[in-house]
Amino acid sequence: MKASTFKYLHAQSKDEAYAAFAEYGDEAVILAGGQSLMPMLNMRLAQPAVLVDINPISELSGIVLLNQQLHIGATTRHVDVANADLIAAELPLIGCAIKQVAHRGIRNRGTFGGSLAHADPAAEMPACAVALDATFVLQSRAEERRVKAVDFFLGVMTTDRRPDEILTTIELPAQTSNDAWAFHELSRRHGDFALVGVAATARRRSEGLEELRLVVFGCEERPRISKIAASTSLSQKDALELATAVAEDLDPMSDLEGDAKTKRIQARTLIQRALDDLFVEGANG
Amino acid sequence: MAEMLPIKLTVNGAVVSKLVDPRQHLTDFLRIDLGLTGSHLGCEHGVCGACSVRVNGQVIRGCLMLASQTDGADVQTIEGIFEAGEAAELIAAFVARNALQCGFCTPGMLLTAAEIVAEGKLLDRQEIRNELSGNICRCTGYQSIIDAVEMVLLEKLKEA
Amino acid sequence: MSDSEQTIGASLPRRDALRLAVGRGTFTDDIVLPRMLHMALVRSPYAHALIKSIDITDAKNSDGVVRVLTGADLEDVCSPFIASIEFLPNMISPPQYALALEEVAWQGEGVCAVLAESRALAEDAAELVKVEWEELPAVVDPLTALLAGTPTVHRKLETNIAMIMPIEKGDTKLAFANADVVVEHSFEFGRQAGVALETRSVVADFEPAGRQLTVYQSHQTPYQMQDVYARHLGLAEHQVRVIAKDVGGAFGLKLHAYPDEMAAVAASVLLGRPVKYIVDRQESFTSDIHSREMTATGRLAVSGQGVILGVEVDILSAIGAYSIYPRTSVGDGVQAVQFTGAPYRLPTFKGRVRIVYQNKTPCGAYRAVGQPIGCSIIEQLLDLAAAKLNLDPSEIRRRNHLRSVDMPFKAAGGLEFSNVSLDECLTALLAKMNYDSLRNDQKKAQKRGVYRGIGLATFVEQTAVGAGLYGPAGVRVSAQEGCSLRLNPSGLVNCSTSVTDQGQGTLTGLQQVIAETLGIGFDDVTVEAGDGGATPYGGGSWASRGLAIGGEAARLAAIDLRNKILTVAAAITQELPENLTLVNSNIFDGSKCLMDLSELSEIVHFRQNTLPPGVDFEMNVTRHFVPRDFPYFIANGIQASYLEVDVGTGAIKLLEHWVAEDCGKIVNPLLVDEQLRGGIVQGLGAALYEHCLYDDAGQLLTASLADYAVPLASEMPDIHIVHVETPVSGTGLGAKGAGEAGTLGAPAAVWCAVNDAIRPLGAQVWKQPFTMAHVLQALNSKGSLL
Repeated sequence: MKASTFKYLHAQSKDEAYAAFAEYGDEAVILAGGQSLMPMLNMRLAQPAVLVDINPISELSGIVLLNQQLHIGATTRHVDVANADLIAAELPLIGCAIKQVAHRGIRNRGTFGGSLAHADPAAEMPACAVALDATFVLQSRAEERRVKAVDFFLGVMTTDRRPDEILTTIELPAQTSNDAWAFHELSRRHGDFALVGVAATARRRSEGLEELRLVVFGCEERPRISKIAASTSLSQKDALELATAVAEDLDPMSDLEGDAKTKRIQARTLIQRALDDLFVEGANG
Repeated sequence: MAEMLPIKLTVNGAVVSKLVDPRQHLTDFLRIDLGLTGSHLGCEHGVCGACSVRVNGQVIRGCLMLASQTDGADVQTIEGIFEAGEAAELIAAFVARNALQCGFCTPGMLLTAAEIVAEGKLLDRQEIRNELSGNICRCTGYQSIIDAVEMVLLEKLKEA
Repeated sequence: MSDSEQTIGASLPRRDALRLAVGRGTFTDDIVLPRMLHMALVRSPYAHALIKSIDITDAKNSDGVVRVLTGADLEDVCSPFIASIEFLPNMISPPQYALALEEVAWQGEGVCAVLAESRALAEDAAELVKVEWEELPAVVDPLTALLAGTPTVHRKLETNIAMIMPIEKGDTKLAFANADVVVEHSFEFGRQAGVALETRSVVADFEPAGRQLTVYQSHQTPYQMQDVYARHLGLAEHQVRVIAKDVGGAFGLKLHAYPDEMAAVAASVLLGRPVKYIVDRQESFTSDIHSREMTATGRLAVSGQGVILGVEVDILSAIGAYSIYPRTSVGDGVQAVQFTGAPYRLPTFKGRVRIVYQNKTPCGAYRAVGQPIGCSIIEQLLDLAAAKLNLDPSEIRRRNHLRSVDMPFKAAGGLEFSNVSLDECLTALLAKMNYDSLRNDQKKAQKRGVYRGIGLATFVEQTAVGAGLYGPAGVRVSAQEGCSLRLNPSGLVNCSTSVTDQGQGTLTGLQQVIAETLGIGFDDVTVEAGDGGATPYGGGSWASRGLAIGGEAARLAAIDLRNKILTVAAAITQELPENLTLVNSNIFDGSKCLMDLSELSEIVHFRQNTLPPGVDFEMNVTRHFVPRDFPYFIANGIQASYLEVDVGTGAIKLLEHWVAEDCGKIVNPLLVDEQLRGGIVQGLGAALYEHCLYDDAGQLLTASLADYAVPLASEMPDIHIVHVETPVSGTGLGAKGAGEAGTLGAPAAVWCAVNDAIRPLGAQVWKQPFTMAHVLQALNSKGSLL
């Protein structure tokens, strides 16, 4: 099937994009890597009047380390995130999870910010952003806002981004050597969206784990950080109990791949495996 | 009807200037406007990989990029890659190992495989399988493809 | 010229592989004709509805639109399909129109066709067609379809039951009463799609002045389609030429006549212009044939020694809204029953299949038609019985396999066997897989809490189906294959065959047969196929027939051409023809080389005047072959799967897969092995993922390649192959088919392996595909996991 007709604008700068938003309002849709939008266009599930291509805006791309924060430009391609030494060194969770994002041809074109702005609940990067406590920089002609990842994702493919805003940069605190992390995903096939996934970070202390940020994704409307898991420090003997409690606290959507009960069983298994990783140094290296 | 957009790009080493319908994806442009029918459309929703082409040195899904986005780009298709003699070992290995049957997925598969070989990382069979997982083949069952890529990759690493 | 000796049996790469690899194939969408229009269809959004009205005003006025056609427009041009079989007079088959007239019976049935200057413009206009619908109740569930009082799938049908077929041999009641062990199991088989990577495609070109119709079509059987187009469009058969150039996968789904393709051809006839219609991927999921949607219960009675006493099987097969034309949709269910227990000695058998219509996409032949179902049922029952008797699964199979001493054999379900090698295959398989050490590995893994399973699946495969099956059925399908050979002035040979090749490599096999039989080099032969107007009349490709039947036709043609060559050579050299041989393109008398084939070829083409009077210089031969002794050839083998079940998630990881296979004489081991591997992976897809899911209203929920999962490289195991070669009697070549063996046995092997893995937990799966959710359901039915 072929896309229906639209007007295509090649934005050379953010200002050109803002001008398009001003002129066309809700009719204008941002085209970044296009790896989610293009299928929707080709299937005529999306029929926007105007596409604003932000790929030419060079300032939106790139990875830099500033004050122990990684700044990833929104149109940085997945492949460039995956291959960056900075990511391997400072954000090993992203480095691991990004290999699970789709396939080579998609990662070569798809963008980091595009995946976040698209907010598919089964996507890997939104979950990692929440686990890493990322901050999203949103710019419009009028203002710049900074939104925490945990507040950015509102529902299935719904975010806090306004139609006149561009997600420009994602700021992620670098992981330190004391930081444990884990990533587990269950998908039908390599590269498929997650049926259930877990992204987690914590500080490893001799007495157990602290500051546990445990994010379950793929089975609810958005990646969700577990409040139960965050409350106390955790010793290894309590891991199974916590995994069960977190899984029971989920409200999974039933889909073609399983009902809520199935998803809870799978989530519990993955949470348990993630917690095991967090306790064992180098388990996920 | 939307306004036609002028684009100028390099395709298989030659400069091409055309007017394109903004909604036309790259693969339709290559197939219909340029007669480069070696890239195939298996789904047009970015899953099968049969439309894979190389844009600015990287393999992408031709159905998930607009022709209008390729203004100034360097595009290579299976036709150009074959004519340039690139990936000759890989192509020969595919033929010798019978790593294709109907051949519909093969140009896309070869482009992806060529990128893996060019990166020159030592990969085990499961890693090669994962790297090729974005290209669907419905005929071969993949093993012969993995054999062919593994053979060429090991050969290349031996030379290096 | 290259060496002609021992070409048959050599692992030669395919003649057309390079051309296809580098993108120089000609698939139907690659064909562009002058003044060609593009067609897009408006398809029914409902599973069952009445068409109250169609308003095409806006569509007609849309950019680039040349014509908008409805069912009423096409009704005058082409007659509807009615698929029936003579020996099943009770089978009910509703007529199927190129575009629906008043009633649509599945979501995706074509209603209106837009012809425009480009596909995009045609789609734009299709969105503007306004159809007023009256939704009718949809019959989706097969069991509901059976019940009295359920609405019918079509208003004109009185029942949803297409047919019921019982099979009985001996007294199963007595056998079950006397059995030491009786096992029973229920099965559900998910509806599958074939998913050729190239979607169905057609370019129809009707030339109105000469009334000549040429159709380029991605299809397995050009001859069948010529017959269909001629009869349904009211053209004489020699006015219709169907050409299948390169075909991007077929697997049975491109064996049928489809109403949308008929609409495109009819549109070309109406407009007198070429029309291209490429089914897009979403349309492909709602309009290509589906198959395998069945539920079954099976019972097996065995003695204390594990010897089968009786089998009972009851199958319900759901075939969608229409019986597919021209072969019908009943084959799946009928073969499922016929193949339940087919590889084994069954003293008693009682089977029944009920076939029902439903408001879903029509079903038809998909690779291995019904046979995987029969295979899965009996293999699962045998494992259950073996477990009760504490017998190894390999042992219970060995105790019941058909053996050479049983041959020839007619099975309870009517299948006829000429030879089998099941025990030989089992022995070869167990050795290849190191069965005993694998069992040890499985035990050790279980001690670590890792659940691994081994599954075995014995299978027999119906290949090379001939006129013995279609003739009595009254189905207009030519099951012969033909081969024409032409000797050129340089001594090189052109072959023209009715066999078609969608990548199997059959044409390469023919090339090998011709080269060796004739006594010339492999590279001295080229093979043309796919042009129904220019090749010898025949079948094409389906049911693993290409080399078994077409190869024999090629062999016979090569023998004839060789005899003609030697007769001329004898006349030229004044020798006796019976003393001459043709080896490596040279004519020999004993060890003495008399002349080169190219020299002879020059004479017969340019210097006929030098030949003695009466010498036959015509170097064209055509031979046809169809099996006469048996209606088909039964190939056989055994598959094994080794896998691991993650009991925490339900995920199945395939570790390794093996097959021991006997397809008779092997012409090209390289190509046969890859047929097996490709087929196995399709079967693994069926086992793990592939499922056309519908909601209660008959809406297909898996109409994209993202939702309908097919195997990717990443999850597939390496597949190890061992051959047993038992040439078939009845042909000089001795080849049977091999194209469906993999798909046939793989799901059963996985099914047995999964249950082998989780049997220690008291669980078993019963629904294919074995999704993570179903595995967890199976495990959970024995106690709560959460």
